[in-house]
Amino acid sequence: MLAKRIIPCLDIKNGRTVKGVNFENLRDAGDPVELAKRYAEEGADELVFLDISATIEERETLYELVTKVGEQINIPYAVGGGISSVEQTYKLLRCGAEKVSVNSSAVRDPKLIKEISAEYGSQCMVVAIDARQVGDKWVVHTHGGSRATELELFGWAKRVQDLGAGEILFTSMDHDGTKAGFAIDALFQMNEELSIPVIASGGAGNKEHFKEVFEKANADAALAASVFHFGEIPIPDLKQYLSAHNIEMRN
Amino acid sequence: MVAIIDYDAGNTCSVINALKRLDVNFELTSDANKILAADKVIFPGVGHATQAMKALNDKGLVDTIKLVKQPLLGICIGMQLLCDFSVEGNTRCLGIFDAIVQKFVPLAYEDFHKVPHMGWNKLTSTEDDLFAGIDDGAYVYFVHSYFVEENARTIGESHYNHPFSAAIRKDNFYGVQFHAEKSGAVGQQILQNFLEL
Repeated sequence: MLAKRIIPCLDIKNGRTVKGVNFENLRDAGDPVELAKRYAEEGADELVFLDISATIEERETLYELVTKVGEQINIPYAVGGGISSVEQTYKLLRCGAEKVSVNSSAVRDPKLIKEISAEYGSQCMVVAIDARQVGDKWVVHTHGGSRATELELFGWAKRVQDLGAGEILFTSMDHDGTKAGFAIDALFQMNEELSIPVIASGGAGNKEHFKEVFEKANADAALAASVFHFGEIPIPDLKQYLSAHNIEMRN
Repeated sequence: MVAIIDYDAGNTCSVINALKRLDVNFELTSDANKILAADKVIFPGVGHATQAMKALNDKGLVDTIKLVKQPLLGICIGMQLLCDFSVEGNTRCLGIFDAIVQKFVPLAYEDFHKVPHMGWNKLTSTEDDLFAGIDDGAYVYFVHSYFVEENARTIGESHYNHPFSAAIRKDNFYGVQFHAEKSGAVGQQILQNFLEL
């Protein structure tokens, strides 16, 4: 049986790990390579690196960092942030990344999803979607959450799946950094409507939140940053807790 | 010397990093002579079967791979390409294994299964020397939408929707569907075992 995945996310800005609340007020959270190594040793199932400044500053992802991470760890990782071409994807896969994650560039140019998955397979194509609830509608945002789009979450998620995405990383901007739990209802609906795995992101504050997102929203993986970076939830404790509650974990 | 087949369609860096951690001599190469002269050959892969076969053809490596006599390990797409045919892009592959690469179909009933099969799953029936010291049921990392059915050459099983070949072997040709190079300590042991065959 496929185990549920626990994924620490390292938001990268200028080569450091940072973490903010609701995408703002960034705090320094350490050296990404050291953190990645620690997480791999502690039993993280996968890592995600998001170069959060990349799109805004029109900067390419830090290839050297990606390479260094690959040298240090023996678990899979995805890289996102400013990826807007098949060529960049090739470079990142060549650097050792398993997957690339696209966000703003996919909204701007949806055929990019099709191009990347046609060239390298949908298994390496993660589409990250940031959304916030406006009235009764979930509105997709781009550029690190700073720009609202015309897109509605569930329609966009279905479309990226049809274009060849192999996985969706959904971050609820309303929940991100609040430590009040994941966006269970939206995640549940996505899982009902999609046939590709969904990584839940935004809102993890305690172990129960992870249990809830696997049990109630049936997420395939749960991603968090600050609770791991600042040592609030040690990964071995979390996995032990979830196993004890009959959630399949890699031990 | 370990030759890693370079055909611009692989996760070569992951494999290189894994071999560096194991402290072995290797060369990333598309030179047929070097591949045929190596002690071990690793045939990595991430990507689409059609593109990967095209890349192999463009580099003139199709016959080279078939001629390899020393242990060769195909990883993920590398394993799939060792089979006869892949339904991914209806691609004629290398034909070393008499098997067809099929696509996982999402099931909308009972335990809903998604495609790709992505994440850590259990490896069972691990009697081959490739899995020496590996516990039955150890977790390894998979990322794939296509699979090789269980057949007479299956040396490791996994289960997703149904059982499938997590590993196959025919003489000196080995294939693993999972990413040994990214499967933590378990994967590292399997690579070490391969290098010691």
